[in-house]
Amino acid sequence: MAETKQVIIRVKRQAGPKEPARWEDFSLKWRPSMNAIICLRDIAENPVTRDGKKTTPITYDSNCLEEICGSCAMLINGKARMACSALVDHLEQPIRLEPMSKFPLVRDLAVDRQFMFESLKRVKAWIPIDGTYDLGEGPRVSPEVQEKGYPLSNCITCGNCLEVCPQVNEHNQFVGAAIISQVRLFNMHPTGAMNKRERLEALMGPGGIQECANAQNCVHACPKGIPLTESIAEVNRDAWKQALLGWLLG
Amino acid sequence: MTQPKIIVVGGGLAGLMATIRAAEAGVPVDLFSIVPVKRSHSVCAQGGINAAKNQKGEGDTTDKHFDDTIYGGDFLANQPLVKRMCEAAPGIIDLLDRMGVMFNRTSEGLLDYRRFGGTLYHRTAFAGATTGQQLLYALDEQVRRHEAEGKVRKFEGWTFLSTVIDEGRICRGICAMDLRTMEVKTFAADAAIFATGGIGAIFGRSTNSVVCTGSAQSALFQQGVDYANGEFIQVHPTAIPGEDKLRLMSESARGEGGRVWVPRNPAEKRRPKDVPEAERFYFLEEWYPKYGNLVPRDIATRAIHRIVYQEKLGLDGQAAVYLDVTQIPRETLKRKLEGILEIYEKFLGVDPREEPMKVFPGMHYTMGGIWVNGEDQASNVPGIYAAGECEYQYHGANRLGANSLVSCIFGGGLAGAAASKYAKNLERGAASTSSAAFDAEKKRQEKKNQKLLSQDGSENPITIWRELGDVMTEHVTVTRINKNLEAADAKLRTLQERYKKINLSDRTKWSNQTLNFARELENMLILARVITLGAVARNESRGAHYKPDFPDRDDANWLKTTRAKWVNCDIQLTYEPVDVTLIKPRARRYDAVK
Ligand SMILES: Cc1cc2nc3c(=O)[nH]c(=O)nc-3n(C[C@H](O)[C@H](O)[C@H](O)COP(=O)(O)OP(=O)(O)OC[C@H]3O[C@@H](n4cnc5c(N)ncnc54)[C@H](O)[C@@H]3O)c2cc1C
Ligand code: SF4
Ligand code: FES
Repeated sequence: MAETKQVIIRVKRQAGPKEPARWEDFSLKWRPSMNAIICLRDIAENPVTRDGKKTTPITYDSNCLEEICGSCAMLINGKARMACSALVDHLEQPIRLEPMSKFPLVRDLAVDRQFMFESLKRVKAWIPIDGTYDLGEGPRVSPEVQEKGYPLSNCITCGNCLEVCPQVNEHNQFVGAAIISQVRLFNMHPTGAMNKRERLEALMGPGGIQECANAQNCVHACPKGIPLTESIAEVNRDAWKQALLGWLLG
Repeated sequence: MTQPKIIVVGGGLAGLMATIRAAEAGVPVDLFSIVPVKRSHSVCAQGGINAAKNQKGEGDTTDKHFDDTIYGGDFLANQPLVKRMCEAAPGIIDLLDRMGVMFNRTSEGLLDYRRFGGTLYHRTAFAGATTGQQLLYALDEQVRRHEAEGKVRKFEGWTFLSTVIDEGRICRGICAMDLRTMEVKTFAADAAIFATGGIGAIFGRSTNSVVCTGSAQSALFQQGVDYANGEFIQVHPTAIPGEDKLRLMSESARGEGGRVWVPRNPAEKRRPKDVPEAERFYFLEEWYPKYGNLVPRDIATRAIHRIVYQEKLGLDGQAAVYLDVTQIPRETLKRKLEGILEIYEKFLGVDPREEPMKVFPGMHYTMGGIWVNGEDQASNVPGIYAAGECEYQYHGANRLGANSLVSCIFGGGLAGAAASKYAKNLERGAASTSSAAFDAEKKRQEKKNQKLLSQDGSENPITIWRELGDVMTEHVTVTRINKNLEAADAKLRTLQERYKKINLSDRTKWSNQTLNFARELENMLILARVITLGAVARNESRGAHYKPDFPDRDDANWLKTTRAKWVNCDIQLTYEPVDVTLIKPRARRYDAVK
């Protein structure tokens, strides 16, 4: 009888933000179409390390399991990606799972990405409607604008683009590519454009768009294929235009 | 008088809409959610949202939408509120449009509409293949705006445990747990709106997200909030089988021309592409010539089961059939279905544009849920409201595709407005409630945690959960036989016994997901029994509830709503009449003209 295939997983564990980190190895039974989340669930059902030591289940975030909620971002073999779509068969073993490094650690593989939601507040990432009472249809939008805007609105706030950006570090508060791209989206919409100025201004202070040093890592790390460098270039142009205009008008 | 306050539990479409309405009414909201609200399950909805805008010159009307919904639901829904929802739907689309949702557009810049199951009209507005995500984000953005203005406080990463009910049986707030610190705390509020979504986890694997456990609904039930029509569970005909999740292949794949088939020869060995047309069995098109691939979900699901289990025509003898979009122009696929095709490609490693997809039915949606009145989403306990998938009001015995999102937004809005009004008019607000009720509830919940964390036993919660999912999927989904249902209930009771002996492999007090899961599991087991007992009792076939031993709908005996109550720590089924004052029940047949 053929030996059952095993999957070797190496997980970086940390019981809390102030606790020391350590690595644990697990050996799991291989099955077809296995992904990183299935591995973590296997461990939860039988939390025993490869060398037979009892341990605790691994804390991690997940929800949709189809790469649309943005919960499960982590470093897999050193790469920032979504765990639910990381197929074991496409990964080199041992598969290393680590928490993202640019966000405060909660426990094990779970981190706190509140910074991104706060940044969305900062740039007023919304359409300022008057109210939810009946005011008739919205403005007409050409299919051309829709086809440009829709991909931008696919951002799942996973944080991968921040994780891979050298400019996101402890020395500054760079909001990151995702937020800049959201500014582009809202400025593109006929109603959203009415607050274009405010959004651009919000991107001009510390942590704003000028922090971008054009490393272009973000666009390769985005699971949704969002044209982030294009967004940054466009918003950058608009921000310069606005700054220049402000300066000219004194 | 002190400023009234509302709590909303759940930040999917329904919870967010409720929050917005309350904030607009000037009532501050505390919004609780397990996951950051932007990561709620509503993001998974793919296909679209229904509204009879009649933008394709087909003569569609809100009355026809109403009729399709009632007929599709096999006449089990109370009609007046469904009518109001269908009438409100076009306005809801306008609102979402104003919020900036990137809906697909026609060349004139108007919204585009597609066809969905159970209707003959192009009635479904959509934003690519990620409509739910787009709608959720629009509402999330509006809530963030209210949050920035100080009208909404978010408690993300908190789980609801129970309500605080005073001696007058009025809800005065909730008890919740911070999932990081594991701290249990009570919060006072004049009204609480529940929008906690689906219950997929009770069936182990489903198309739902991980946090859709129904735990909150069950906790409410155990505090005297009635639960209605639990036995009506929708199984979606086309899901991609997977070990962790049954990923949905949206009805929109068929709406855009996707066809379901199997080779006529069960021993077929050629690649699907090489099977000539004449040797393919497009069974839905053959059996239901009028609706074809777009028959309602329960019908398509049973047809696929028949092909696999009775006709033995499953692909390679396995439980799967083809869903084929390869004949649709690439450009259309890219523009309208890209998102869902990517899911297939990503998780299976096969390109569905080249090769037909392999699909099989999967548990998808609960029509049943928290009992609410037919007016304003209020439950039977004063101060408790419910909206969205967690309540039972709109879909009768079977939900039509793309009708959930509209019911979530409509019901959420209604609940937000009604709860605000109730809170403002309360004679004696929550602020005046004695702290004893709050302290007692907090103690009760803390005790539960302590017990779970300290007890030594032999059972693993995940193992119990897997067995729960298996028994529910096998006996309480597509085909229901009384003998098996009774066996399923017996099994559930043994699982409840075994639950008493569970042993947590994690006893720490920081971000302990095992503890939270164990708590949810206890609640899931109780709700599973509500579903199963409702199914045992209902000796007829209606919508998604199908009993081969009672193959027909039985209006004389069963045109009634199941209303489960928690009496002396046990489940009691009661029944009440359905309001069918607007459309007279008629036979539901999709193989002939209706
Ligand atoms: C794959 C898929 C595709 C779908 N496609 C469509 C479609 O195209 N059209 C359509 O109309 N419908 C569709 N549906 C159905 C629809 O998506 C759902 O019914 C709807 O999104 C439910 O929304 P909701 O607001 O009720 O709940 P959800 O979006 O599920 O939100 C529930 C909220 O409650 C919170 N919560 C739950 N329990 C607790 C607790 N104990 N404490 C605190 N918070 C809690 C969660 O964190 C979350 O914020 C689809 C469903 C699935 C599964
Ligand atoms: S832009 Fe892409 S990588 Fe960045 S948060 Fe959004 S989805 Fe993630
Ligand atoms: S679990 Fe939602 S993106 Fe992975």
